[in-house]
Amino acid sequence: MNGSTYLRYEMLRTLRNRRFLVFSLAFPLVLFFTIAGPNRHVQLGGIAFPLYYMTGMASWGTMTAVLSSGGRIAQERSVGWTRQMRITPLTTRSYFTAKVLSGYMMALFSIAALCLAGSAVGVRLTAVQWVTMIGLLLVGLIPFAVLGILLGHLLSVDSLGPALGGMTSLFALLGGSFGPIVTSGFLFSLVKCLPSYWLVQAAKSAIDGGGWPPAEAWIVLAVWTVVLARIASRVYQRDTARS
Amino acid sequence: MVIEIFVAKRTVPLTGKGTQLVEMGSGDPHYSDQPFEVHLPDDVVRDRVENVDSDEKTNGVIRLTDLRKSYGEVRAVRGVDVTIASGQTVAFLGPNGAGKTTTIDMMLGLVRPDSGNVSLFGLPPSDAVRAGAVGGMLQTGSLIEYLSVRELIKMVGSLYPHPLDLEEVLDLTGTGDIADRKTTKLSGGQTQRVRFAIALIADPDLLVLDEPTVALDVEGRRDFWNAMQAVTARGKTVIFATHYLEEADAYADRIILMARGQIVADGPPSEIKAKVGGRTIRASIPSVHRETLESIPGVVSASQHGEEIVLVCSDTASSDGALRDLLHRFPEARNIDVRGAGLEEAFLKLTSEDDVDSDAMDESR
Ligand SMILES: Nc1ncnc2c1ncn2[C@@H]1O[C@H](COP(=O)(O)OP(=O)(O)OP(=O)(O)O)[C@@H](O)[C@H]1O
Ligand SMILES: [Mg+2]
Repeated sequence: MNGSTYLRYEMLRTLRNRRFLVFSLAFPLVLFFTIAGPNRHVQLGGIAFPLYYMTGMASWGTMTAVLSSGGRIAQERSVGWTRQMRITPLTTRSYFTAKVLSGYMMALFSIAALCLAGSAVGVRLTAVQWVTMIGLLLVGLIPFAVLGILLGHLLSVDSLGPALGGMTSLFALLGGSFGPIVTSGFLFSLVKCLPSYWLVQAAKSAIDGGGWPPAEAWIVLAVWTVVLARIASRVYQRDTARS
Repeated sequence: MVIEIFVAKRTVPLTGKGTQLVEMGSGDPHYSDQPFEVHLPDDVVRDRVENVDSDEKTNGVIRLTDLRKSYGEVRAVRGVDVTIASGQTVAFLGPNGAGKTTTIDMMLGLVRPDSGNVSLFGLPPSDAVRAGAVGGMLQTGSLIEYLSVRELIKMVGSLYPHPLDLEEVLDLTGTGDIADRKTTKLSGGQTQRVRFAIALIADPDLLVLDEPTVALDVEGRRDFWNAMQAVTARGKTVIFATHYLEEADAYADRIILMARGQIVADGPPSEIKAKVGGRTIRASIPSVHRETLESIPGVVSASQHGEEIVLVCSDTASSDGALRDLLHRFPEARNIDVRGAGLEEAFLKLTSEDDVDSDAMDESR
């Protein structure tokens, strides 16, 4: 089986989905320009505000991009397409891989758009900083890719919009995408168990350089990934009934 | 009758393919609803499909052995045994809820049987599917968004080892003039044609179609069956489910009649037509023996519940003759009713006689 044609059409379908483009690309950009634009000369604890805000929006935008592959799975399940694919040589693994890769493709577009926007309002980073930030973001997104697959099997198409929207906003808010969060105490130790916290830290690595990744980050990400993957495979196994 | 089928099939040894015909109960590693199934490498599977020994090819590319599936209380399929030879076109005919779709879904590896075994080309369904030997059109399901018809068909074709030429498929299925339309901008019948094209482009050895002509108009049906004949002419095996005796009669070499989860008749169309395509005579006659009724010329089968008798005849001529004979022998007959036997009626009658037997079988297992 030659999966490349399939993958290409999957990516094409992702790009043609306007609603999706608006959510994962336009929203963070608009927020960035309206909030970081007027505050471009503000310093926040020694950090340029646009840089700070760019990293926050990058974590939120990429999270939305990757999670929305779950929405596409739910949609395909609801019209019976998943069953149709199960009687082709396409393996389950390739099916999910294509979904995750197209989610990542959107995440890359989101990062690119925000980086350009950042440069436009004066964010300056070295090549090493850009590469580190993007690389760490991509790693930090792994649990969200798995969560997307899980949600795609748990949710109906009706509940999907609110569920995905709510979940990304909550994760983003608690992780610190939208602004400073607690930095000490019990609440902070809870927040540090969230994958979104480390996603935000991944983006912020561009600011403070060596702050990420501590061992803690890798452990949190690995635990979330493994646990979510376990649940997802359970749910997937159960999901054989026809719709 | 069902007992006969069971006994006959049970005594047939499952020749040669011991490892592949293992019971497919729970925990079978080949089953496709496993999350990330461990599989044989592609080329090995393909190789096995192409080189399955001729025994398996001639004696049946598709072998369903005592398949059973319940959904809670509903016993959707209860003991289906079928062997289908390569190149046959077989219709599963039966009323709503007969278990056709459940059988087909088990055949395709979409539903796991409670017990029994499916073997396609000597392989478990998931392996045959992965080798690209199977194409199908499911009863439910529509198309995905954000692609044109042409792109969608091409995308599915790309998953198979030797897909048919795209233009040929567009032509065969009459989708050429909608090829550049978005998949979401199609009528029901056009969607159905595209779904057919998706099954066809695979150019599979086994084509499984669950009520393929449901949303099609007259022209659509004709196009569909013309395309099908082009496929069967190439020696492919085709299995389709339908409610229509005429459709099964016109296009199948063999009709498998299902009702209430069981096979109630299995044979060439002429035979099945004689069983269910005929007319039913109902009447009230006190104290008469079923044997007497069955001896009336033109009566295929007779049943009796108290005074109510039901005679099944194969066609109008024989029911006319039978009615004359009946009135001659039993002038006291009342409430006489002659009508074309609806399929459903004919099925239910055929099954109700066998029900007791099969339940007894179930218990003795
Ligand atoms: N997922 C399910 N859950 C519960 N019951 C089911 C399920 N699928 C099928 N059934 C039941 O199993 C029986 C057989 O259904 P099936 O769909 O196989 O029939 P069918 O012959 O295909 O009917 P139709 O001609 O209406 O398509 C029916 O009584 C149906 O209600
Ligand atoms: Mg059906």
